[in-house]
Amino acid sequence: MEVYLDNSATTRCYDEVAAVVARTMVEDYGNPSSMHYKGVEAEGYMRRARSVLARSLKVKDKEIFFTSGGTESDNLALIGAARANWRAGKRVLASAMEHPAVLNTMQYLAEEGFEVRYLPVDSQGIVKLDALEKEMTEDTILVSVMYVNNEVGSVQPVADIARVIKKRNPQALFHVDAVQAYGKYDIRPKRDGIDLLSISGHKIHGPKGIGVLYVDEKAKIRAINYGGGQQGGMRSGTDNVPGIAGIAKAAELIYAGLERDNQRLYALKEQLAEGILDIEGTVLNGPAPREGAPHILNASFLGIRSEVLLHALEERGICVSAGSACSSNHPSESATLAAMFLPRERIDSALRFSLGVFNTEEEISFCVQALKELVPALRRYQRR
Amino acid sequence: MFKMFLIKYAEIAIKGKNRFLFEDALVEHIRRALEAADGEFQVTKESGRIYVSCLGDYDYGEVVGALSKVFGIVGICPVVRLEDRGFEELAREVVAYLGWMYPEREATFKVITRRIKKSYPMESMEVSAALGERILEACPKLTVDVHHPQIEIHVEIRGTIYLYSETVPGPGGMPVGTNGRATLLLSGGIDSPVAGYMIAKRGVKIDAVYFHAPPYTSERAKQKVVDLARILSQYTGPISLKVVNFTDIQLYIYEKCPHDELTIIMRRYMMRIAQRFAQENGSLGLVTGESIGQVASQTMQSLAATNEVCEMPVYRPLIGFDKEEIVTVAKKIDTYETSILPYEDCCTIFVAKHPVTKPNRNAVRRSEQKLAEKIDQLVEEAVRTAETVEVDPAC
Repeated sequence: MEVYLDNSATTRCYDEVAAVVARTMVEDYGNPSSMHYKGVEAEGYMRRARSVLARSLKVKDKEIFFTSGGTESDNLALIGAARANWRAGKRVLASAMEHPAVLNTMQYLAEEGFEVRYLPVDSQGIVKLDALEKEMTEDTILVSVMYVNNEVGSVQPVADIARVIKKRNPQALFHVDAVQAYGKYDIRPKRDGIDLLSISGHKIHGPKGIGVLYVDEKAKIRAINYGGGQQGGMRSGTDNVPGIAGIAKAAELIYAGLERDNQRLYALKEQLAEGILDIEGTVLNGPAPREGAPHILNASFLGIRSEVLLHALEERGICVSAGSACSSNHPSESATLAAMFLPRERIDSALRFSLGVFNTEEEISFCVQALKELVPALRRYQRR
Repeated sequence: MFKMFLIKYAEIAIKGKNRFLFEDALVEHIRRALEAADGEFQVTKESGRIYVSCLGDYDYGEVVGALSKVFGIVGICPVVRLEDRGFEELAREVVAYLGWMYPEREATFKVITRRIKKSYPMESMEVSAALGERILEACPKLTVDVHHPQIEIHVEIRGTIYLYSETVPGPGGMPVGTNGRATLLLSGGIDSPVAGYMIAKRGVKIDAVYFHAPPYTSERAKQKVVDLARILSQYTGPISLKVVNFTDIQLYIYEKCPHDELTIIMRRYMMRIAQRFAQENGSLGLVTGESIGQVASQTMQSLAATNEVCEMPVYRPLIGFDKEEIVTVAKKIDTYETSILPYEDCCTIFVAKHPVTKPNRNAVRRSEQKLAEKIDQLVEEAVRTAETVEVDPAC
């Protein structure tokens, strides 16, 4: 039995998505920039896709830009915003538990001379609003906070964050990395005061290599690559029509079943959480199951190194991910769990289970059963 | 311009009656090394020399790169072949060659002629002297130095005339397979691939054994070892890699033995198992990447303790090397980048916090007696279930 519980890493494509991707590769393979009918056809896919994405966020079509994925969306949003607005101030903020796509881009901005500050989070992985209030100055031009944390599933109060930002500096841009949130929540940038928002295709059962950046029409950002001037010059490069058609199909499908799927995911997540807590010496990291995102559960199995349990589960066909990537040569740990100031032994033994619409109750039972057998067996062997 | 390479080899030349065996092996390895290169090549032995003729277009960098990985080759000389159209024409060609090879260079030179075609109207010394004169006339920046010339211009007069003056260094050593076979204990680290390289360089055919411990080590750690073997096989030829599942043995040792002795006992069992495969494949020795004092398991005492379980010789070519010296070779042979990939075994639970550095062999033997009940069976099981991965540069 293969049990794929690593849907925050990537997901299986919907069959309908794979079909439309195939069609745009072998039949409607035109270049939207071409003048002939093949180009017009391809452009049609793009126009419809843009409109699907825009409607899902209740924004305008022209505010949707296609990129190569979440990482590029984050890069374009942050670098593009910083380069366009540096005259207004050089201070930028991000939460301490952002994805590396944001953290490392911030690092780059620091090298470029921007003053980068990181916002602390609480033990549940929620940004501390009072800290934001303190850090948010009038010359802060950009703030980046993820909607749903990819490791523990904590959900940020983005509307409250936006209010704090705009109160201090109405011109500051608010970027939200919604890679783990899109397809799980009804996200409303206009209502919630979000100026820039990143989405990735392959986290919502769409293709890899495609992402979206929403840019509010009033937000000023500069392109960060140069070429043929596609997408209004914001993102040059031949449009990835198969990816674009694919992400739109995935968005359509995931939002069509949102209510039902979320209820199912929460039920599966609770089943898994209960099963795990039945085992001695386990603890959940992050928010309580119903308070976090429906698909992410992080747990520590005290006394067992994450990757040992991960590989033991793998031997039974169960795929999960380790909260911290261990290696004796290059100790690196999860920025999220470290930012939550969890004790060392919890960080070292943390696993992330992330669910998707294809998971079933049986799979969860199978996983829980495997954990119940493996955890006590592996605990017999600890470094002495 | 170069349609041929002269292959220089040193040690083979002194091997007396066995010489042809060594030469044949070298020819064979050169053919194999050139298989993947674009173009068609003919490898021939002629009067104590090996030549690689390029029959059509080829990529100079690719061919020289492939040849410089063949053990036994000391130097690779790119050769220009000239038709024999008389001395005047030869002199013109030689001058043109020098102008092309060493434009505007100030240097000393010497002409060395070898006349194999005895019907050629001039003797070797005459040809050298006459060519030297023409060169001096035509190239004012070149001067003669017969004792320590910077450029040695070789002219070989055969059916056609071979002209060469440059030597690209080869790896040296002896053709793989001419000195028997050994079994390498290959880990994912920096040292063991280098040890394998050094033994293979002496003409020894290498097979390898890797111990993994799932779920304590990952599939990627194993893939890394296969990758290292693949890099190594560019020099050694195909490697048969045994992947041994060591988990149950490790856990058993962990349960029964004192923890400060875990590593040393583990290593003793690794040697025993490696020796089993070595005996099977006809190896005459084991090879490890150990270097005195590098870690607790490589002190003189620890080496003695691991050594005593082996009946066949254990070769440790890095024994006197510092880490930096090992790293230098690892970089040269291109294993370093792979070795430092961070899929190091995460099985730190099997490493005691304070391992013994001076194990007492009697104590270790006593500890091993505690394993008597199941260990033979576990070793058999590990040998029986070992996976064989046939590794070659193209896999």
